[in-house]
Amino acid sequence: MKKVFRLEDLDCANCAAKMERNVAKLDGVNSVNVSFMTQRMSIDADESRFDEIMDEVVRVCRKVEPDCRIVR
Amino acid sequence: MGGYKMSRKQRGQLIRIIVCLSAFAALFIVDRATDGWARMIDGRYGWLLAFGLYLAVYAAIGYDVIWRAVRNIAHGQVFDENFLMCVATLGAFALAIYRGATGMEIEGFDEACAVLLFYQVGEWFQSYATGKSRKSISALMDIRPDYANVLRGGAAMTVDPSEVGVGEVILVNPGEKIPLDGRVVEGESSLDTKALTGESLPRDVAAGDAVVSGSVNLTSQLKIEVQKEFYDSAVSKILDLVENAAEQKSKAENFITKFARYYTPAVVAVALLLAVIPGAVTGDWSTWVYRALSFLVVSCPCALVISVPLTFFAGIGAASKCGILVKGSNYLEKFDKANVFVFDKTGTLTKGSFAVTAVMPESDREEILRLAAAAERDSSHPIARSIVAAYGGQPDGGYSLTNIAGEGICACGEDGEILCGNERLMTERGVAFDKVDAAGTVVYVAKNGKLKGVLVIEDELKPESAEVIFGLNSMGCRTVMLTGDNARVADSVAARVGVSEVKSSLLPADKVAEVEKLLSSEKKGDGLCFVGDGINDAPVLMRADIGIAMGGVGSDAAIEASDIVLMKDDLRGIPTAKRIARKTMGIVLQNIVFALAIKAVILILSAFGITNMWFAVFGDVGVAVLAILNAMRANGIAHRR
Repeated sequence: MKKVFRLEDLDCANCAAKMERNVAKLDGVNSVNVSFMTQRMSIDADESRFDEIMDEVVRVCRKVEPDCRIVR
Repeated sequence: MGGYKMSRKQRGQLIRIIVCLSAFAALFIVDRATDGWARMIDGRYGWLLAFGLYLAVYAAIGYDVIWRAVRNIAHGQVFDENFLMCVATLGAFALAIYRGATGMEIEGFDEACAVLLFYQVGEWFQSYATGKSRKSISALMDIRPDYANVLRGGAAMTVDPSEVGVGEVILVNPGEKIPLDGRVVEGESSLDTKALTGESLPRDVAAGDAVVSGSVNLTSQLKIEVQKEFYDSAVSKILDLVENAAEQKSKAENFITKFARYYTPAVVAVALLLAVIPGAVTGDWSTWVYRALSFLVVSCPCALVISVPLTFFAGIGAASKCGILVKGSNYLEKFDKANVFVFDKTGTLTKGSFAVTAVMPESDREEILRLAAAAERDSSHPIARSIVAAYGGQPDGGYSLTNIAGEGICACGEDGEILCGNERLMTERGVAFDKVDAAGTVVYVAKNGKLKGVLVIEDELKPESAEVIFGLNSMGCRTVMLTGDNARVADSVAARVGVSEVKSSLLPADKVAEVEKLLSSEKKGDGLCFVGDGINDAPVLMRADIGIAMGGVGSDAAIEASDIVLMKDDLRGIPTAKRIARKTMGIVLQNIVFALAIKAVILILSAFGITNMWFAVFGDVGVAVLAILNAMRANGIAHRR
């Protein structure tokens, strides 16, 4: 299942790249894209445990850029 | 660009910067005037006062940077820019303390403080510029309708567009956006389709006309019957496409993110070596540590990482202003290199609408068209429609019409029998005729066994075709036309539009094979573009390096299969897109080279101690800001024709 989330206060382009790399490594994530310009993250992940994966995604992103919020 | 308002965070940050900057300036002036406090405070402990005051300013401007650095280290993110700035400035402080404590001349406190201040100024400006450019670009894509006025039970209700079903009737008032694709059932008005197609002339619509969501109703109220649900309507398809455009990353972007990954650790490693080795050799630790600290300041790759995607984004934004949708920055990058343009004939170079271009003999034009129209009146074939259209009036009725497959039509009436069809029909019915050779479809019209005349029907060329092909040819591109028509028709069209190669009599499957053949003969660095109308040529659009579909509004297959969509059915979008792609790639290259070169120069200069930390900060944030400003030029391309 593919979903797009808005990212609030994504201020640094390098962080966006880091988030993308770290989220892509998560189990169950098929593909992910973080766009610094549109401030969006589109994520394609295992549908059966999507919410669980998203919790993990939020955790990973907070680690990279604590100011940035994923609007779910 | 106007109309951008600072966010709360930005405003707060600005105030903090101004306050700290004034405090710093006051401190700095007193410091210099009193010769490092030496005249005010006796002797050796003068540095302590300076240290205390500068530390206060430092803490005020930099507490968030330090806090983020600490937090990120706790999270295992070591080499981020906060950390680097902290190490550099705290290191400068430490050096100054060392100098003070060992009784050397007091210096360095002001620098540590100023560097962080300068860094914050740069960060703020960077955030402001990015926000502003983001805004100015995405404002163009602001075609999302917020609501629909749907008529339910005789009253208009305002609902979310996604709640409206097919077949319902919606009201669109002047000034409102049409929320869903549909057909006008009542009212007459003009529509502004600029956001969709880049076309600035309003389009007049009346009852019966199809309207596309995202257009703005200008003059009077329309009642529209919804024909597509919201998710299926043009506006949501386009928004989807625009939002996903950032997903297809170009090689330049991938290069830069990859580069950034290795750049920072590499610079940090060099900084470490720079501090340790010459320091140990010469014993002059403070000089070399200082140089190493300047290194750290330059080691953040943000200028690069920001400016490249921003340039592409601005370029895609500029294209969408002209009604050209580019599905990703990789396509913009590839399109810049494209040098083989393959065109479908019907519907692309030609209008795909047939018209009677010659009637022989011309003196009997009226009569011939009248007879032909009477025979063809019920047929839905495009050729038949063009004959009826050329006749203009209401075709005569009262004939019994027989369709003879592959040959034509026989119309029997009280005044005799009309035959309207090709050579085979004439031969079969024993009508004597002279074979007419023309680049088009030839229709013979006979009455009661005698030939009355001949119609030549041709597909009309688009007015801009020749101009566009000429433009591409003169740019050194190869232009190829593919068509299912016979060689005669194909050659005639080819000669008139000026394409350099023609392949005729192709079945749809042959078109894919032809494109494959062209692709395999490509050299490295070439790019093949296929331009089609999206009808029947989806496989070719997908196969080509870049598929360009024309008249995208309304054709779902085209939007899905192609990489670039010309929303307006106008070939001139191709040279425009080419210009935008070229300019965008130029700016991308400038930004990469410029940012890397400045960083390299500053690194080298600071390694030799020629520059100081101030310059290093410029190398970081200053370059980022300049690169962003340069990137924004890509958004303005469309205006300058």
